[in-house]
Order: sequence, then structure tokens, then C-alpha cells
Amino acid sequence: MRKLTLALAALALAAPAVTEPALAQNEQFIPALVYRTGPYAPNGIPFANGVADYWTLLNERDGGINGVKIVFEECETGYATDKGVECYERLKGKGPTGAAYFSPLSTGITFALTDKVPGDKIPLLTMGYGRSESRNGAVFPWNFIAVGSYWTAADVAIQHIAKELGGFDKLKGKKISLVYHDSPYGKEPIAALEARAKLNGFDFKAIPVTHPGVEQKSQWLAIRQDRPDYVLLWGWGVMNSTSIKEAAAVGFPREKVIGVWWSGAEPDVTPAGEQSAGYKALMLQHGPGKFAVHADLEKNVVSKGKAAAKEDFAQVLYNRGLINSMIGTEAIRTAMKKYGNKPMTGEQVRWGFENLNLTAARIKELGFEGMLQPLRFSCEDHQGADVARMQQWDGKAWKTISDYYKADDSILAPLVKENAAKYATEKKITARDCSKES
Amino acid sequence: MIAFGQFLEVLVSGLLAGVLYSLVALGFVLIFKASGVFNFAQGAMVLLAGLALVRSLDFMVAKGLPFWAAIVIALLFAAVVMAITAWMVERFVLGPLINQDGLTLFMSTIGVTFMIEGGAQMLFGSDVYPLRLFPSDAWFLFEGSFPGGILVSKIDVWGGLIAAVLVVGLALFFQKTKTGRALRAVADDHAAAQSVGISLNWIWFIVWLVAGLVALVAATVWGTKLGVQFSITFLALKALPVLIIGGFTSVPGAIVGGLIVGAGEKLAEAYLGPFIGGGIEYWFAYVLALVVLMARPQGLFGERIIERI
Amino acid sequence: MFYRETGQFKTSYAADMQIFPIRQDRIALWVLLAVAFIGIPLLNAFHIWPFGNEYMLRAILIPFLILSLAAIGLNILTGYCGQLSLGSGAFMAIGAYSAYKFGTGVHIPFGLFDLSIPPLPMLPSILLGALMSAVVGILFGIPSLRIKGLYLAVATLAAQFFFDWVFIRVKWFTNYNSSGSVSAPDLNFFGFVVNAPIERYLLCLIFVAIFALLAKNLVRGNIGRQWMATRDMDIAAELMGIRPLYAKLSAFAISSFIMGVAGALWAFVYLGAWEPLAFSIDRSFQILFMVIIGGLGSILGSFLGAAFILVLPILLDQVPHALGVPISVETVSLLVFIVTGALICWLLIVEPRGFARLWSTGKEKLRLWPYPY
Repeated sequence: MRKLTLALAALALAAPAVTEPALAQNEQFIPALVYRTGPYAPNGIPFANGVADYWTLLNERDGGINGVKIVFEECETGYATDKGVECYERLKGKGPTGAAYFSPLSTGITFALTDKVPGDKIPLLTMGYGRSESRNGAVFPWNFIAVGSYWTAADVAIQHIAKELGGFDKLKGKKISLVYHDSPYGKEPIAALEARAKLNGFDFKAIPVTHPGVEQKSQWLAIRQDRPDYVLLWGWGVMNSTSIKEAAAVGFPREKVIGVWWSGAEPDVTPAGEQSAGYKALMLQHGPGKFAVHADLEKNVVSKGKAAAKEDFAQVLYNRGLINSMIGTEAIRTAMKKYGNKPMTGEQVRWGFENLNLTAARIKELGFEGMLQPLRFSCEDHQGADVARMQQWDGKAWKTISDYYKADDSILAPLVKENAAKYATEKKITARDCSKES
Repeated sequence: MIAFGQFLEVLVSGLLAGVLYSLVALGFVLIFKASGVFNFAQGAMVLLAGLALVRSLDFMVAKGLPFWAAIVIALLFAAVVMAITAWMVERFVLGPLINQDGLTLFMSTIGVTFMIEGGAQMLFGSDVYPLRLFPSDAWFLFEGSFPGGILVSKIDVWGGLIAAVLVVGLALFFQKTKTGRALRAVADDHAAAQSVGISLNWIWFIVWLVAGLVALVAATVWGTKLGVQFSITFLALKALPVLIIGGFTSVPGAIVGGLIVGAGEKLAEAYLGPFIGGGIEYWFAYVLALVVLMARPQGLFGERIIERI
Repeated sequence: MFYRETGQFKTSYAADMQIFPIRQDRIALWVLLAVAFIGIPLLNAFHIWPFGNEYMLRAILIPFLILSLAAIGLNILTGYCGQLSLGSGAFMAIGAYSAYKFGTGVHIPFGLFDLSIPPLPMLPSILLGALMSAVVGILFGIPSLRIKGLYLAVATLAAQFFFDWVFIRVKWFTNYNSSGSVSAPDLNFFGFVVNAPIERYLLCLIFVAIFALLAKNLVRGNIGRQWMATRDMDIAAELMGIRPLYAKLSAFAISSFIMGVAGALWAFVYLGAWEPLAFSIDRSFQILFMVIIGGLGSILGSFLGAAFILVLPILLDQVPHALGVPISVETVSLLVFIVTGALICWLLIVEPRGFARLWSTGKEKLRLWPYPY
């Protein structure tokens, strides 16, 4: 016993000492917080694979970003906040210039890191999740809630319902229920939906489902009695497929169930089999399927046996991982334009994010045409875009069924402003003056 | 009439949901009864059984075996996996810990939980695997009397039937077979059972095997309901209040406890939930259990605790 | 040879009754405290391995200290008083959220009686938060007068799930934040804002040192003996004139108080921003593991158990990477699961009473060394 304890102690002391082969000076380190095990692994795995494969693609095809090779390291968080913080502390200082940016893929970890990144000067890229008010770059200089927030999602979902019904005036008197994961993630859209309900005159009801959401019978029986016209679904992991199954069991038409973009991937619908047919979900602009970038991936990564992806190649969450990495690496590229072709520090990458301008031409060049609309960050706007589409599961595949909707800024902008101001007073932050930023 | 129909519907679905919790709770009871071990690993065993079943089933269906044959082989395969697990647990963990106190044994099953969870995912993958053994749509009963009828999920009824068969089977096993009687003897008194020539190690292996098979049965039902994935281990937490209401040592208690918890939490969610904010069923089950325990500290069907100095 | 009390004569009752009666123990404690309070900050200031980098402080030492404190809290209840509890997470959450409310200003709108307390500095808000936790602890301790053992453990889960729900559902606790996640106010410690990792570390260390000494002192006094008598056989203890009501509820109160402090520190110092999931049932189990592995009924064991349960997975996680073995993160984290589980089982087989017992066996051997007879 004593020997083993000693061995463990020796290991404890040795582990940080045996650092990996010293990183070359011309390498950009990017950390990846992933969860490949645990309750949310079915959703975490494809995303993590997409993230990793895009970086491998850049290394294999272009030799990195402008000649600076990407080095990345994954750290398993298991979707737990404290583990996420540990991973963050472990990875933030690696590489010649430290971590370029973090993408935790968890609302809880995002909240915890939001308080830490300003001190460490590392930007936080939270694509389609996290604090909706962090769109306000003046108060949240380090957060980039790229492509869309939950408020965008809520607003677009209502717009789609209005379109299906034949106009916003038809919303009056309709009943819309939200079945949500009982956590900050699931509660985020409520504010935006309540604002919409007031404006459009529909009855809004929020129905919580306790984590992890394996048992939802009573919620769906209540829906069966209440007969809402539409049900919005804000779930994650096992909760999504269970919701769809319960909707089928109580005979609620799946065509009237609309999921957020975190409820609209393959692991959410396949467990429910044919019962999922007809279910709709928002798209974080993109859907599944192969685009120009996938051809490059197949040629440079998959065929060389370097891909992390298996059967999840070109699935919804895999593609989201690709886009996540693309936005991050493009921010680094933007930063290099100002600071030169060498590894960037977190602070420089933040500048890169803030000045990132992904035009349609650039997106096409990168092979993402059809997956993403033009995106442009600025000091005031850390979201860059606020459009989304709708997709429907036909039993075998996701089909895009709508054109792009643009979220109504007249409703969301005041919400962002109010909540950002509240955060600023609470944390005693003085908002930056964006007119003075270059 | 609508209100009554709604009440009935919530009640029936609650009772059936409760029986499904009982399926998981039964595994706890079996092991506690025979060895005094509070088996924290039951949830993980459901996951392991489910993964073994669904992965081998998918494999054989992909190989082109007819579905019924694939199911039989997959069930056998999963049963073998559970048997190996039972043997390893007995041989390497509980065997050396014979005669330790309850808390140590409880802690060791937590170690076992970690090993099973890690091992199961490493062997069979950590993704979600759909399993379709039972129909998962619903009947609508009494559509004449109530508008819309009373909804009853088919899978819940299947679960109830299976639980009933399981309880009868277990009762027969305990009462009629030699091994079953030996199990009861061990449950009564380890030392006395040993002295009449019952091998404790063998009995513990049998008990863990039976609990593993119960986990396999639970996995068929819950796997169909949720898809086989890691979240299935959380069912253990839903089974705990069932367990303490029924008493740790009673097989019928697990069923009755399940009925009480299921009906109680669903009715509370439906009628109390809207007033205090919803999402209450998780803690309500535990509060219900607490109330029952205040009246009967050993659960409804548990053995009376006799204390001597 | 070195660890022997021969020749240490006690000439007064006070000397006979001190916390650490053996001189070598006292010296070891002072050395340990000196290392923790002076050595580590010095190493940190001069960036000397292993405490030179932030990672060691922020990701290992701070959570280790806080969880040790929580383990001490649970050890008082479970190890000394014999009341098995799975509600530690809930009591930590109560400490954290109450401290948050006191730290950001309490306002109870009750019509006529409109209670308002302005935002308090950190120390009083943490202590008041812990007090709230103690009050709730007493409330949820009442069933322990009737329910025992594993039944009680499951019954304490009622507290766990109830408070998980309360802090999600009742918006008042989260200051009506739209998402229900809260972030800690400034750590204002007597006008000094604690921010740098080393300052945070010292803050936790002060709390842990004070409460560990308090706990060590409590358990050897009258009340501690009452707890242990209740643990060993409650009926016998009652016959000897120990009131179970007083003994059990005081254990619940003090244990919840300490866990409340730990919860507030976990939220304020370690996480910074949190949601109820940070204090979920997993946390309760984690702390129970620490107590059992470390050794029931031992303050030192709480530290050892916390180190084992917290640090082991983190270490195992980094070993393959440090050795340059190319295995995927998934395999590594599953291996960590398996190895942790196996080590727990192995440790229980070798020494069911946990690290604390190993430690005391070691001390016994050391006394006789090098002449074992």
C-alpha cells in the first residue's frame, strides 16, 4: 500500500513536470472542451469531431493558418461545470501564446467562464448558446455568441408559426407552450417569448422538465389536456427524443412541435424512429449534408485516416462543429492581418473576432456556401447575424422547409440592452464606448 | 366528466410509470435482501445490459439474421455479459469484503458503478442506440364516456405485464427452488447459513446474476422508451423513493412502492404543479417517501427493525 | 526513532488535554501550516514549480481546500454522529445562494413589513449564508430522530431534490435573472478585493484552517463525545442521559453550517458564476465518497479523501498525455472511470476504514520503528 501511495505521490509531482514535447514557436494552440462520455455524449461527440476535423483539414491542406500550424488538445468536461473550469485552467496557458479561444458547448460552463476570461484575456466563442445578452460587445468584450442566441431562436420560431398560420394577426388567441430543460439553458428563451406573447397576443405557457428529462409523462398529459396550437421544445440530450416519443404517445401532431437548434440533430430524432417524422426544428443557419468543404475533408482528412468522424460525418452537429472551428480560425486569420503571421495571443484573437467579416464570397471560398450566411462582428454586435431557417425530419433525413427568417430587432434589442445593463451594474463593469474603438 | 377523465388518465399513467420504476427497484431489493448490500450499481447494470443487448442485436441484424433469431441471441449474449459481471463482482470485490459493514459494501458498489459505466461505454460505445422491442404508441380507452378517451401507453402496459411476470417468477424462485431457499437462508443469517453448508460466494454470485437479469429486463423496457444511452443510469435515482417506501427487503413492496410513487408524483405534477411552478415530481417522490418513513421507519413492507443493547 | 512520545511529560491538565498531545504532531502541524500559509505563496511569488503556475492553485488547491471543508462538514454528521446524509449538495447550495442574496442585498416585499438589507461585504454574507444552511439543516435533521441508516440517507435526498428545484424555480433567489444563473459579487474582504489566484487560495485556506481546527476541537469535547455515543449505539447513549434530539440536531446544524461555508466558497471563489446544477446530487455523492474513502470520524481523513477523489481523476486524465501516449480523450476518460472505481474497491478491500486508519496504523508502526517488538 505504502509503495503505491508513494508511487501515486511521485506521479502527482511528476505529471506536471513531464510536459509534452516543447511546442515549436510557430504553432497556434487552440483548446477544445468536449464531452465524449456521460449523459450528453450522443450530442457532444459529433460536435467535437467536427471541431477537430476542420483544424486537421487546415493543417493537412494549407499547413495551418497562414503557415502557422494549429495544435489542439481536447479536454473532457462531461458537461460538468467544475470539470469545465478545471479544463479551462489546464489549457489556457498552453502553447507559445496561450489558448486562442474557448468553446465550451455548455451553458453552465459558459456562465462560469464569462467571469474568468476578461482576467485571462481569452475570447469565448459560444456559437448559438450562452448568455443572450452577451451580444452586447460593449459590456461583454470577450464573449462572441456567434450566429444566433436563444432569443433569436425564440423569435424566429414564433415568426415561422405566424407564417404557417398565415400572418402575425392569426397568432392572437393561439396557445403556444414551451417544454424546456429546467436549467439556465432552457430558461433563456422565456424572456423573448413573453415579449412576443405580449406583442402578438398569444397565450404562452412554460412547462419545465427536470434534468435529465427521462420522465415527461405528466408534462405531455398536461399538453394533451391543454391542447396548445404549438409546442416549442428546448431540450438537450435524452430529453429531446423522450419529448418526441411522448408527443407521439399522447397523439400530439409532430408537425406542431418545433425544437430549438440544439434539439434538431440526428441523435434527437433517431431513437424515436418513425414517430419523429414530421418533427420540426430550427437550424442554426445550417443543416446536415455535404458541401464544398466536405469534399476537401474527404480528400485531405478522411482518406488519410486522420478524421475523428465516423458515421456522424456531415450530420447536423458535426457540421456545426466545422462552422465553429471555421469562425474561430477565420478570427485568428483576421488578427494575423493586423499583427503578422505568427501565433496570436488571446487578446489579438479577440481583436480578430471583433473585426471578423465573413462575406458571402469568403464563405464560398472556404467551402461553406449554403451552410452559413454572411457574418460580421463589430464592437456593438457580438452575434454577427440573426437569421435562422426551419427544417423538418421526414423520417429519414432533415429537409429544409423555409427560407431565412430575420429576428425582429425591435423586440430583441431592448431585451439585450436591458439585461446587459443589469449585468454591467451587478459586476460594476463600465461599458466600452464603441464609437472610440478601431 | 372531463375533469374526472383527466384524473383517471393521470392516475393510470402514473401507476404504470411507477411499475416501470419498480423494475429498476427490484434489482436493489434482490441484492439487499440476500447480502445486505445497498447496490448503487443497479443503474449502471441496466446501462450495461441495455448496451450489450442493443449492440449485439444491431450487429446481427446487420449480418442479415432474421429479427426474432437476432433478439434471442442478443438476449442470451446480454445475459452472459451480466453473468460475467456478476462473477467478477463477486470474485474481485464482494468476496474479499465479506463480513464488512454496510457502508463499506455500499461504497464498494460505487466503485463497481464506476467500473461498469466506464467498461460498458468503452466496449459498446457512448452514443445513443435506439431499441425497438415494444410498440410505443397508445390506446385511447372509453372514448365513449370521456372526450378524447383515456390515454394508455402500450409500452407502459407491456412494462407492467413484464413486471408482474417477473415478480411471480421471482416469488416462485424464492419459494420453490433449492437455490431460492438457500438465498432466503442467507438473507436471514449469514453465519447460520454458512454453518449448514451453503456457500456464500455461490449465493452472492446467484444474487448478482438474478439482479443482472432483472436489469436486463428493465433495459428492454426502458431502452425502448428512451433509447439505450448513458442517461439510463439516472433511473436509479427514480427507483430510490420506490425502494424506501416499499422497504429495502420486500419484492412485493417494490411494486406497491412503485405504484404509490408513480401515482403520487404524477398527480402532484398535474394538480399541484401549476400552482407552485411545475417540475415538482422529482422531489415530490422523495417527500412522499419521507412522509411514509416518518410513519413507518422501515418502509411499508420492510422487516421490523429490532434494536437491542 | 523520531516519532515517539517517550520523555514528553505532562505537568498540567491543560497540557494533557491539548488537541495534539504529542510534540511531533504539533511540530508537523506547524510545519504544514507554515508551508500552506507562507511556503506556497512564496513559491508562487517566485514562480517556482510546482506552485508557480495558476493551474495548480486555481484548478487543484482551491477546489481541494473547499471540498475538504465540505467533507469535514459531512464527516461531523456521518462520521461522528452516524447520520448518513446524501443532501450535502443541497446544504452547499443553500450556503451559496443565501450568501449571494446577502452579498447583493436582500429585499423581501411583504406589503406592510418590507424587509430590506443593503448588500453586505463578503465575510458576513458567507457566514449568514452558512447560518441559513444550518437552520435548514436542523429542519431536515428532524426526520433523523425516527429514521435511521440507509433509509435516512435516501430521505435526505428529499432535501437535495427540493432545493435543486427551489433555486431553479424561485426567481427571488437569482435576483430575477432571466436565465436563473447568478454570478458572485466582488470578494470584498475587509475592504480588500480578493482577486488573484494566490489571494483566493489564501482566503480559502483561512476558512479551512479555522473550521478544521474548530471541528477538531469540537469533536473531542462534550458535544463530540455525545455525537460519537449516539453513533455507536443511540439507545445506549439515550440511557446514559444523552438527549438524541440535542445531539443529532446539533450535528446537523454544525455540519450544515460548515457545508454552507464550503458551498459559498465553491460558488464565489471557485466557480464565480453558477447554476443549481453545480450543487446537484453528483456533488453530494462526491463528498460522501471523500468522507468514506478518507475515513469516517477523522478530520485528517476528510483532507485525504478529498485529495484522493478530486485529484486522482485529474491526474489519471493527464498521465497518458504527459507520457505522450496517443489515446483519444474518450478512452482516457473512460479509463479514468474504470481505474478510479478499481482503486476505490481495492482501497476498501485493503483498508475498509479509509485513509485515516492507514495513517494511524502507519503512526503505530513508526512509534516502534526500527525495533518492531
